[in-house]
Amino acid sequence: MKLFDRDLWREVFSTLTKNITRTILTTLGVLFAVIILIMLLGTTNGMKNGFDKLFKGTATNSIFVWGQSTGKPYKGFERGRRVKYTFDDIILLKENIKEIEEISPRIQLGEHRGSVTVNRNGQSSGSSVYGDFPSLDDFAKKNLIEGRFLNQDDIENSRKICVIGDDVYKLLYKKEENVIGTYIEINGVYFQVVGVYRKNKNISFDGQNTVHIPFTTYQKAFNSGNRIGWMAITVKSKYDAGIVLTKIKKLLKLKHDIHPKDARAIGSFNLSQIFSGINAFTMVLQGFSFFIGIFTLLAGVIAISNILLITVKERTKEIGIRRALGATPKMIKRQIILEAIVLTVFSGLIGFVISVAGLSYLDAKYGSGEDFPFINPSVSFTQLIVSFLLMLFLSLLVGLIPARKAVKMKPIEALREE
Amino acid sequence: MIKIENLHKSYPMGKESLHVLKGLNLHIKEGEFVSIMGSSGSGKSTLLNIVGLLDIHDEGNYYLNGQLIEDLDEKKAAVLRNKFLGFVFQSFNLISYKTALENVALPLYYKGVGRKERQKIALEYLEKVGLKKWASHLPNELSGGQKQRVAIARALVTQPKVVLADEPTGALDSTTSNSVMEMLKEINREGMTVFVITHEEEIAEETDRIVRLKDGVIISDELTNKKVSV
Repeated sequence: MKLFDRDLWREVFSTLTKNITRTILTTLGVLFAVIILIMLLGTTNGMKNGFDKLFKGTATNSIFVWGQSTGKPYKGFERGRRVKYTFDDIILLKENIKEIEEISPRIQLGEHRGSVTVNRNGQSSGSSVYGDFPSLDDFAKKNLIEGRFLNQDDIENSRKICVIGDDVYKLLYKKEENVIGTYIEINGVYFQVVGVYRKNKNISFDGQNTVHIPFTTYQKAFNSGNRIGWMAITVKSKYDAGIVLTKIKKLLKLKHDIHPKDARAIGSFNLSQIFSGINAFTMVLQGFSFFIGIFTLLAGVIAISNILLITVKERTKEIGIRRALGATPKMIKRQIILEAIVLTVFSGLIGFVISVAGLSYLDAKYGSGEDFPFINPSVSFTQLIVSFLLMLFLSLLVGLIPARKAVKMKPIEALREE
Repeated sequence: MIKIENLHKSYPMGKESLHVLKGLNLHIKEGEFVSIMGSSGSGKSTLLNIVGLLDIHDEGNYYLNGQLIEDLDEKKAAVLRNKFLGFVFQSFNLISYKTALENVALPLYYKGVGRKERQKIALEYLEKVGLKKWASHLPNELSGGQKQRVAIARALVTQPKVVLADEPTGALDSTTSNSVMEMLKEINREGMTVFVITHEEEIAEETDRIVRLKDGVIISDELTNKKVSV
């Protein structure tokens, strides 16, 4: 039995083109189903891409640790003691916890979350002032609009330079005023501006009312010695950040004489948790879209089956004639199943074309991800192939029902039908 | 060619069963032109259906072309129909969305003949029935007589052993009826076994042998005068 028999195809096409209106109406169900399926998959992919871009330049497997005040008295210390870290803590963590990839410390002028007055030419701003390492950029990439970020040279030479956020620029400078090379004053120390950044549309930790100066410069200028404020820690990608965080806390508690059950003393933030949440969200969304799409497709294919059942009934006599002329039941069945497949594939392909066009329209209009996380809404080749094969399989399945009905009646009864 | 021995057929009618054919014996030799006469309900259509392998008999033996017909499934029946039998129906039974040529070519398709070959043979047979010019016309563009001629061409195209005609002139006026009968006679003269079912005396008179059927039994089986005169 040849499936790719040209005559069989001619038979199928001549039957389908006989009643073109009905054929088109029959295909609408699958057409819309495919459009829904592909559009849903495409838009969820677009959202996923949007989120991915949002987090691009952010080390997703990272945690942040800072000191707070103790919540429980321990080893003769009263509660309310401030936990302070030094470089020794970094060495301790790096030596003892092998899951840690990198630790980038930071120190902040004034109180935690506090602001400091920054002056220039009689203008002043209340901004956050940080001593940072260049590796900060590995955690959350800065969107520099002018100049550069801190580098290793700045650290080694304790250069008195700074990188400022756009808000600081707006407060201290006139519009369009040149900024690179100018100086700002913090607590009586002057720093030369080498870069201005704007807050990323994506995730941002610092806002843009901030001044970043090299960590070593900070130590000298503000006499902070060995102290550090907080630690940004990246965890090697194969380890779970949550578990590593627990280890870190345990070790720090031991070193700083903190009660093992004190939940307040060490402040922390697990960024990876948020990412896994968002990942789970997009995954559920994708699964849900596929689920809806599949069932819509099923409904569409069943509609084809239904119409074919009706046409088989209408064509009873024709089928009877064909059988009287020597068509075996198998030949008749094959033709009906092929009709189902052709209808499904035809409408499916048109649906693919329309939905892909629709997706590229969405892409052109909203796909830049400027306003909300939605980038390059499209379906993958695999998704297309899977949907297509599924459609083919379903059509084969539902084609069987009318095909069986077509040969169930004896040719003699079929011929008598008027 | 067709040999029937003690053929019985009954149809279930609710709880009862209707005994339609009550032990028929009939022998039709190759090249004969036979008509089965009978009023409606005589069982002639049932006989044609059984002979045409469209229905199965209950009892007795049926030999087609020397082959005993038994254990007939749909597939086997379809193949035998295609190989040995050509049908001509009262209502023509042409496929409405196919051209005359395509209709004639259809049995060849089921026989597995290649497309070009099919077209060629089908056109030859259309020419034979005088409708070559009408090859590309759809059935509804043809007159009743033309339709029946297309149907005859279709019945002949596979070069069957027997042509079975069920009331071939039933839907035609007398002039066209005559031309259709002339055509069947012509076919018979070329050696084809033709088996006509009719209830019209004039039609039966045109054939060489009349078998009369009444209430499921053969009441007479005689040659017509015409045969004698030839």
